Amino acid sequence: MRTVRKLYAAVYFFVLYLPILLLIVFSFNDSVYIAFPLKSFTLKWYEAAIQNAQLLSAFSNSLIIATVTSVTATSVGLLGAMATTRYHFRGKTLASGALFAPLALPTVVTGVALLSIFMMTGIGLSIGTVILGHVMICTPFAYGVMVSRFDGLSPDYERASMDLGEPPIRTFLRVTLPLAMPGVVSSLLLTFTISFDEFILAFFLSSNSPTLPVFMWSQMRFPDRLPLVLALATVVIVVSSVLIIVSQLLRRRRDR
Amino acid sequence: MIRPANIPRLLLTPAILTTVVTLGVCLVVLLVLSFGRQNYLDIELGLSAHNFELALTKPLILKLMGKSALIATGVTALSLILAYPIAYLIAFDIHKNKLLWLILFTLPCWISYLLRILSWKLILGYQGVVNSSLMGLGLVDQPIDALLYNSNSVVIALTHAWAPFAILPIYVSLEKIDRALMKASGDLGDPPYRTFLRVVLPLSLPGVSAAFVLIFIPTFGDYVTPHLLGGPTGFMVGNFIAMQFGASNNWPLGAAVALVSMLTATLLVCLFIAGSKRAVRAIG
Repeated sequence: MRTVRKLYAAVYFFVLYLPILLLIVFSFNDSVYIAFPLKSFTLKWYEAAIQNAQLLSAFSNSLIIATVTSVTATSVGLLGAMATTRYHFRGKTLASGALFAPLALPTVVTGVALLSIFMMTGIGLSIGTVILGHVMICTPFAYGVMVSRFDGLSPDYERASMDLGEPPIRTFLRVTLPLAMPGVVSSLLLTFTISFDEFILAFFLSSNSPTLPVFMWSQMRFPDRLPLVLALATVVIVVSSVLIIVSQLLRRRRDR
Repeated sequence: MIRPANIPRLLLTPAILTTVVTLGVCLVVLLVLSFGRQNYLDIELGLSAHNFELALTKPLILKLMGKSALIATGVTALSLILAYPIAYLIAFDIHKNKLLWLILFTLPCWISYLLRILSWKLILGYQGVVNSSLMGLGLVDQPIDALLYNSNSVVIALTHAWAPFAILPIYVSLEKIDRALMKASGDLGDPPYRTFLRVVLPLSLPGVSAAFVLIFIPTFGDYVTPHLLGGPTGFMVGNFIAMQFGASNNWPLGAAVALVSMLTATLLVCLFIAGSKRAVRAIG
């Protein structure tokens, strides 16, 4: 039975990675057609990508959005996790469940709702509106990562610091934050990747400042631009994978 | 001076603001909008139930809602069935480098969903990887166009995109199971399959339910996959909603359909979870 499971897992693993692998392989293929047999090896799609001004501006938009989003969501998640793991108060279970509510809404609904808010209040679409949407969907992930970090940490260190007369702010900066650091980094990397790769909210909320996924979406309509999209996709996939692996390793590390 | 009792509330406030409050405002705005009426470029707010009437009676909308429910059910069921053995393997069979395997099996779900859908377009397309390979091998004379632009391709791509999402919650609930319970069941004479049905499966239900929510909700509302892979027959309710806020320019109707489909999805999730609990109890 165990052998059957392992065999099944091998097939599952292969099918899981095959499409992603194909994207990468075809990004080096010297042909506009995405079809076998492969032609010769080339880096020209990568060169074309680097020289594309629209792409670079979309890239910098995504970078700004993902950076601000990850820092905001992680700070908010950190404080929230401190509240629910370090204190007892009424409505705690309800509050920690409610923080996951944004995940229970299809993203397209969240997208059109936020778009309506901005339209009705006269707030113009910009990088800022995308950040607002991304912080909303990233906070549950940041909170989840921080809770699992704090759950593994005894509150004794903080108590000792307070007993020795450190004020709360200094206790936070010198004890809580360093102890929570692996969780903080893990959450930063995870939420950065989620925001950087997010398409649906960015599509509704970015308007004149498209993010990288929105730019790729706009290029997918033109068959001759596909190889350029693939080159870009390869870079995004490799970088995302590294960030996520580091994030997950840090999150589940049991130290001290 | 801050009262100590208020500290946790103060710490929680930013998180509540970015999630619960924003979400609440979103729903209120959709509700207000859905009772209004589109008048060319302007939206007249009012108290007309006209859009909800349309959302609940117009054959096209009902058909799309039904198709979304069907596709979401299929994708979720397939994902859970395909992912369960993997979660089981990592929880019970793998002892070395557990964490690494867990990460490797779930890594693709964090990588751009748009790109994973795109890869299926390349694989299943008219001149795609499958067709060009089949023709290159001389197995078919003409590309098979049945591969792309229908509901099947949507189900394949979405199952591939979400299945690993199911591994994580199921794994977590399997890992929590007290091994002594499984051993006791065996010692008392249950064959392995009965131990699975009566001990492991019921105890893993919380994970299965969580996976169900994580997959069913985004699939129900998805519009990227049907747009790229669905063709005319693969259109889903998410496409309809997105269109009302775009080309069709009927925001109030879009808002009403968004609210109705959100409620439908939530209701279906609750029904499925309640149903699975009963089914498992009946099997045990």
